[in-house]
Amino acid sequence: MTSLATPAPSPAPGPARSESRTARSERLRLLLRSPTVVIGAIVVAFWVFCAIFTDLVTPYNPIFDNEFPLSEPPTRDHPFGTDTNGRDVLSRVLAGSRDILVIAPAATLIGTVLGTTIGLLSGYFRGLFDDVLSRFVDAALALPLIVTAILIVTAVGQSGRREVILIIGLIFTPVISRTVRAAVLGETELDYVQAARLRGERAPYVMFAEILPNVFSLVVVEFTVRLGYAIFAIATLGFLGFGVGPPSPDWAAQINQYWTLIDPYWWMTFFPALAIASLVVCVNLVADGIREVYER
Amino acid sequence: MARFLLKRIGLGLVTLFLLSIIVFSVAMILPGNVGRSVLGGFATQESVDALNEELGANRPMVVQYLDWAGGAIQGDLGTSLTSQVPAWDLLGPALSNSFKLAFVAFILCVPLSILGGVISGLRYGRATDRSITIAGISFSAMPDFVTGIFLILVFGIWLGWLPVTAQWDDGASIPTQLQHLLLPALTLTIVLFGYIARITRAGMIEALDSDYARTAYLKGLPSDVVVRRHVLRNALLPTIAVVAVQIGYLFGGLVAVEFLFNYRGIGALILDAAKAKDLPLLTSGVLVIGTVYLVVTLIADILYAVLNPRIRLGAAE
Repeated sequence: MTSLATPAPSPAPGPARSESRTARSERLRLLLRSPTVVIGAIVVAFWVFCAIFTDLVTPYNPIFDNEFPLSEPPTRDHPFGTDTNGRDVLSRVLAGSRDILVIAPAATLIGTVLGTTIGLLSGYFRGLFDDVLSRFVDAALALPLIVTAILIVTAVGQSGRREVILIIGLIFTPVISRTVRAAVLGETELDYVQAARLRGERAPYVMFAEILPNVFSLVVVEFTVRLGYAIFAIATLGFLGFGVGPPSPDWAAQINQYWTLIDPYWWMTFFPALAIASLVVCVNLVADGIREVYER
Repeated sequence: MARFLLKRIGLGLVTLFLLSIIVFSVAMILPGNVGRSVLGGFATQESVDALNEELGANRPMVVQYLDWAGGAIQGDLGTSLTSQVPAWDLLGPALSNSFKLAFVAFILCVPLSILGGVISGLRYGRATDRSITIAGISFSAMPDFVTGIFLILVFGIWLGWLPVTAQWDDGASIPTQLQHLLLPALTLTIVLFGYIARITRAGMIEALDSDYARTAYLKGLPSDVVVRRHVLRNALLPTIAVVAVQIGYLFGGLVAVEFLFNYRGIGALILDAAKAKDLPLLTSGVLVIGTVYLVVTLIADILYAVLNPRIRLGAAE
């Protein structure tokens, strides 16, 4: 190892930080230049706003019955119509982003934290632990996400907000750990890791203080991509009847409740479906832009 | 090649074994008490004990696993709790229904997506490419049941062209069956288009940028010959791998689509089993889905190796 004589440029506090700051502003500039990312971000921001300030944006009460005519098709007073309980569908659609915008990021965060930790451990120590773990991850990935989720939901016996967060988080863990592991394997070959080891640093320090910052952009990309999948999975579970139930205005719960009435009451299903589509597509447009910028 | 085959099959068996352990642990260990989780909190302790006795859930875990896995190897997948028939009697017909749907979807989806990816790659960076790419991302991001709802509304209800359920009457003719399968198959096509087109596009771009493509152009070959003889052959290799993974999805990930179109496939069956807390049927169904996925990826790997001389001739070992 010749690099011992001239220590590898480990992330020195001063210049490196300003360098990473320029890199960050450069990335942001590139992101804002892409029209699809900007449109996606605006739509996502709109739904986040609706989730936080639900009372401000909904014209009528989204949960309790009002005195409106039942099952009325879209009119001037109710542009999205009313449902079988006489509630204003527009109000329910606007209020419906709250549950999924809490559940999906929470689940993705759990999966990312656990997956990154396991990926770091398994890529750093390798050996038997890594081999056994990789085999199990392979096996777990042979099942479609929804099938695994249904199996666990049934075994646990209940499916509320908390269960869905934990289950989706756990299901994402192996996928994320595999991505992180691959990156860590590459990093451990590099001089700065060797240098830290020879300095006598302990393994946790090398993993979390040396390697993690260097694979962090990958973790960010993984988080945004998984967030899209999380919304996908949680909405699907909700549609199948696992998740937040009525009277919550959650979009998937509304579809679960009304899709059998789609002919002739199409508006009770169509507008929540449109809302899910807009959110999930726009999250993916942003995620795709972030990935492109980071992988440059 | 023989060594590659043996190694790959061996690896598949190991994965299957581990999968059975995972499925078993989730289904049997997670609830703590199987009888209690099936019957719910209001059941009497006696009935819970009786069900545990009947299921053999009061024996040691390892014994239960060996019993279950041993039966599965011999084709005995246990007995459905709700309908009291062997699980395979329900899983077999459901699986063959799922195969039908997957086949129609496959025929529709693969040529379309590859065509999309090839056009996109040839028009790299232009408006056509950007539209196909964005459409692909949007389509594959949308949950399949949302796509299905839009298709039902447009083609089933507003235009009235196609039936809105996939379940035909008994003894329906093949054209009628196809008509019923068209909407769900179209849903799956839209979902898968993005993935397959994206990989094909990436392969095209890489192959078009290669030295051999440049040489072919420079020696004066017309561009359609270059694309057909040199570029496509190399560009489509990674596509095969992706298509295979997506077929795995077609056989098991269709829970929401089968539910939406009221189709009696394996996805809908495990959903029913889950709602009825029929754990034996559910675990067997999940294991069958995993097995089909592993077999399909195995076949795809072998196909990939046969088509790729670098692996076929053993250089990549």
